[in-house]
Amino acid sequence: MLLQGKAWKFGADVDTDAIIPARYLNTSEPEELAKHCMEDADPAFPDKVRPGDIIVAGKNFGCGSSREHAPIAIKAAGVSCVIARSFARIFYRNAFNIGLPIFESPEAAEAIGEGDEVAVDVRQGVIKNLTRGEEYRATPVPEFMQQIITAGGLINYVAERLRTPEAGGPT
Amino acid sequence: MPMTITEKILAAHAGADRVEPGQLINVKVDLALGNDITAPVAIREFAKIGVETVWDPERVVLVPDHFVPNKDIKSAEQANQLREFARKHNLAHYYEVGRMGVEHCLLPEQGLVGPGDLVIGADSHTCTYGGLGAFSTGVGSTDLAAAMALGETWLKVPESIKFVFNGDLPRWVGGKDLILYTIGQIGVDGALYMAMEFTGPAIEKLSMDGRLTMANMAVEAGAKNGIVPPDEITRRYVEGRAKRPYKFYRSDPDARYAAVYEFDVSKLEPQVAFPHLPENTRPVSEAGDVAIDQVVIGSCTNGRMQDLQEAAAVLKGHKVNDNLRLLVIPGTQEIYRQALREGLIELFIEAGAAVSTPTCGPCLGGHMGILAKGERALATTNRNFVGRMGHPESEVYLCNPAVAAASAVLGRIAAPWEVE
Repeated sequence: MLLQGKAWKFGADVDTDAIIPARYLNTSEPEELAKHCMEDADPAFPDKVRPGDIIVAGKNFGCGSSREHAPIAIKAAGVSCVIARSFARIFYRNAFNIGLPIFESPEAAEAIGEGDEVAVDVRQGVIKNLTRGEEYRATPVPEFMQQIITAGGLINYVAERLRTPEAGGPT
Repeated sequence: MPMTITEKILAAHAGADRVEPGQLINVKVDLALGNDITAPVAIREFAKIGVETVWDPERVVLVPDHFVPNKDIKSAEQANQLREFARKHNLAHYYEVGRMGVEHCLLPEQGLVGPGDLVIGADSHTCTYGGLGAFSTGVGSTDLAAAMALGETWLKVPESIKFVFNGDLPRWVGGKDLILYTIGQIGVDGALYMAMEFTGPAIEKLSMDGRLTMANMAVEAGAKNGIVPPDEITRRYVEGRAKRPYKFYRSDPDARYAAVYEFDVSKLEPQVAFPHLPENTRPVSEAGDVAIDQVVIGSCTNGRMQDLQEAAAVLKGHKVNDNLRLLVIPGTQEIYRQALREGLIELFIEAGAAVSTPTCGPCLGGHMGILAKGERALATTNRNFVGRMGHPESEVYLCNPAVAAASAVLGRIAAPWEVE
């Protein structure tokens, strides 16, 4: 699968309150959440983001609350993936569980500039900067998490496991 | 093969003799928790799995605490989803308004969590129970849904960092200051994906309330869990309270750590975290002249009995400053009642504070104390991110309950000894 879009750059420690402020958490409807995606980091973001665009950020992206509404808002806003220097751990799990592709790549997070056209080969973990003619690699994803992605998210994975208990988990 | 306390608890729940950092394991969970923000999504996802019932109605806990008492129609509908799910699945531990509390104050108090447990919760501050010597960590709603169906979850065994706190804690310095100081030293991702193990002479003397406060904020350093080795203080807390058998685990003396930090805390001052990250800490004497509009005493971090007692000790005989409002939010109904019996509620009201029923409310900018543009709050809560308590151009400073009370009297960030 190839994801392609324009890069929107954010700094370090983007927290889940910036991604989706709690004042909007009285709903979990993806379309509603998308209207306020990244609002407290960049109030104009929900209006200017286009389908396929890519968020590029510094270290510890998604720190703070466990709200799954954060990756849901990003996904529903049309963002195709998030590339960051590193991710906070609950956000990392949540993104895989709901099927938002994320890539850890200090190199890409550093080199990609605002507005660069970026293409990501999901399977290979290769990030191409079409504007600058550069290529970066993402940290490989553990095999078990690949299985979650292949199943189409954690819920499908669990449903499959319940149908075929011998399939087992990561142990 | 030596192991840390975290590794031992994970191994026991994975049915393995030992586990190693980096290993992906399937573990049985003792309890799975959700609240009125995260559970509605979990309930929706649970329905897609295709099972009829939850794995164990005694072990799925739902606590509406974020937007309750319902702040608006949408919140009321979210809370209703929890209520209906709890009825449908005969959940033994659903806590209605009037009987509830802020989840991480409530579960230890009710004896639902004990030492050696493995708990996951769809709330990032689920790591609080490490104060009891349990492994507990925050997850998202989908992980909660899977655990509600299976009674299991998958985890990556974290590396551990050991923190040794040496020396006697000075007066007015407690668990909140130790954890803020630690986050100030290592940063908000200083323990990313790791276990933080809190040890040393200062911890051995720290109350259970102080320990729960420390473990509560492990997530603010990026950690998977925070944990305190259980001891006599733990035993006294859980005896007669724990609803299930519990087990004390301790790290082997030669267990492996990714890092060991030693701090001498004998001269530590109360800490204040400046906007907009918990790592921006300073000793209170170096805070400067920061005028405050609102002080909040409460939350899963500092809404426990000892917190209210410390705040009251400072407030006694004083009035809340004319230029600010003080909100006091007992963490649970039981804490509220004990505060009533001890005369603390009377004292708070007499001083000019507003006392609220238990709720997360203002901590996450939900309701019950939202900040206007340009306003500044000092809070005993856990996060001071941009817009955390209201308007994106408001500010939040974090501190312990005694500093909060002193500041409420003086109208600016102040040390407790300034009002004595």
